[in-house]
Amino acid sequence: MEIEPARPIPAPALAPPDLSQVGPPSSPLPLPKIFANDPAPPTLVTQGAEALLYRTTYLLPSIACALKYRPSKPYRHPILDARLTKHRILSEARVLVKCRKEGVPVPAVFALDEKEGWLMIEWIEGEVVRIRLNEWLQRRKEEGEELRARHEAVLKGLMARIGSAIGRMHGVGIVHGDLTTSNLMLRGGSEDLLADDKILEGEVVLIDFGLASQSTADEDRAVDLYVLERAFGSTHPRAEGLFSELLVSYGKSFKGATVVLKKLEDVRMRGRKRSMLG
Amino acid sequence: MIAIGLEGSANKLGVGIISHPSPGKAAIILSNIRHTFVSPPGEGFLPKDTAKHHRSWVIKLVKQAMAQAKVTIKDVDCICYTKGPGMGAPLQSVAVAARMLSLLWQKELVGVNHCVGHIEMGREITGAQNPVVLYVSGGNTQVIAYAEQRYRIFGEALDIAVGNCLDRFARTLEISNDPAPGYNIEQLAKKGKVLLDLPYAVKGMDCSFSGILASIDILAAELKANPEQRDPITGEIVTTADLCFSLQETVYAMLVEITERAMAHVGSRQVLIVGGVGCNERLQEMMGLMAKDRGGSVFATDERFCIDNGIMIAHAGLLAYKTGFRTPLEESTCTQRFRTDEVFVKWRD
Ligand SMILES: Nc1ncnc2c1ncn2[C@@H]1O[C@H](COP(=O)(O)OP(=O)(O)O)[C@@H](O)[C@H]1O
Ligand SMILES: [Mg+2]
Repeated sequence: MEIEPARPIPAPALAPPDLSQVGPPSSPLPLPKIFANDPAPPTLVTQGAEALLYRTTYLLPSIACALKYRPSKPYRHPILDARLTKHRILSEARVLVKCRKEGVPVPAVFALDEKEGWLMIEWIEGEVVRIRLNEWLQRRKEEGEELRARHEAVLKGLMARIGSAIGRMHGVGIVHGDLTTSNLMLRGGSEDLLADDKILEGEVVLIDFGLASQSTADEDRAVDLYVLERAFGSTHPRAEGLFSELLVSYGKSFKGATVVLKKLEDVRMRGRKRSMLG
Repeated sequence: MIAIGLEGSANKLGVGIISHPSPGKAAIILSNIRHTFVSPPGEGFLPKDTAKHHRSWVIKLVKQAMAQAKVTIKDVDCICYTKGPGMGAPLQSVAVAARMLSLLWQKELVGVNHCVGHIEMGREITGAQNPVVLYVSGGNTQVIAYAEQRYRIFGEALDIAVGNCLDRFARTLEISNDPAPGYNIEQLAKKGKVLLDLPYAVKGMDCSFSGILASIDILAAELKANPEQRDPITGEIVTTADLCFSLQETVYAMLVEITERAMAHVGSRQVLIVGGVGCNERLQEMMGLMAKDRGGSVFATDERFCIDNGIMIAHAGLLAYKTGFRTPLEESTCTQRFRTDEVFVKWRD
């Protein structure tokens, strides 16, 4: 057996450093065919984790709606791609309808075409929790310590509202599959809401149900909470300490919730053991 | 400053010597050599055999690395070794060697987190500044991003690592472990065409592979029993290459998906792939296509750096050493579990 040779010169990277980080995507972002000739074409609002999110209107110019388009992913094998896109559009629509019917705060469904990969839903005026929370935490950081107690109460209030929204969803037999602060919105976005303390106010609306499914298993519910807990820790390390507030209000939100919280401890334990594998 | 790094958390033993010239200048790799313990086809590497391999090679490698680097003991500032995570016995055998060098040469020790070693070396080599990192190897599958002095884990495999899934399937097929089982699967997959239906298991930014492994093992057993099998959709004869192809297409699609989700979540357009599975060209290609659609780019290194090596341990160790970090002899243990986010990253803003 030979020792592999050393090479004294640093290897060239396979890709040269990209300094034009903020440029637009290289290919023009696509629209579903039937919207292509729209006299008032939908405007691209954001590129999510999988989907392109456009703002447009539904039936009347006064009814704003969100067009969630999942263009085919060039990196995926076409058969796998078609299968996943279709499955996710349909399950998202099904779950939204069910949640809506049961009074869980989610956008209403207007229309869809699972073959073409799009879904039209109610427009939620507001912002995702991640953005609001980061902005809020940033302001606290700049401000220093003094106002802590009062401010902490505001954050606790938000955590409690998130906990009970998730509890209601679980209570009607839905698990989300991708709970993060990017997939929770705060309704309300007028100027005065953004005035300091109000920034964390507004109704919590759950979005992005592409990975959701119908389940009442404690394990599935606990994994939902575990995913969110870790997302909190990694995305908002400064707010991690208040995650317990979320769990307390979750615990009161539906009948089986305390059992789920017990299960959550098992799921966490498994997570810790896993890190042993190296 | 100059550091020597010793790595042996799995079946590769690596020794590397790095020099950090003045601040702001690129690191210089003085030597980076490796010796791999290869197990026979159908078998994995056992901890005790691997540890024995490391013990019998470590002196030779250190001597050769020093000779190639053209440095003397006097030039070396510190001795860096992998503290974890990894397999217990191999880690310990290398830690013992590091302690011995420390006493013999009168140099201080720096215990390094293996995952942080991969990340820092990847950043140094590619110039990626603040990427989302996909760390994929035989023992790890993690999606990582830096925030506030830590590499934070956004997603990970909930059961077995992706590399472990590939390695175990190579064992099922009894294909060679030389140079690496994953490499041989990749070569076979290039000849595959038919995509077989496998479970696709993504949960947010997490994923799991044991269900896929179970399914592909069943398909392999069926194929062995009946080699004339045809794909129900295309009518083509199914081959072993198709199995490898389907496995790769499925697991890499999952990895790209969870990486994209993390990029959207943290608002980054750069991806850095590190770890042994990161050598896979199909994974790099798929990641590149995804990044392009987000207006970004992918960074990867070649086998010298993505496969376990000593230079990354020397590099990350020296970064820590320069901030004043030391591992006293009494604390120079190793640990099989050592999470990436446990390390306080003092050397970044
Ligand atoms: N109904 C809606 N109204 C307004 N904005 C929305 C709505 N749904 C989603 N968004 C915005 O679009 C982004 C992406 O949508 P999401 O459903 O999460 O798709 P993805 O699967 O791509 O993450 C969200 O993070 C949010 O900012
Ligand atoms: Mg989303």
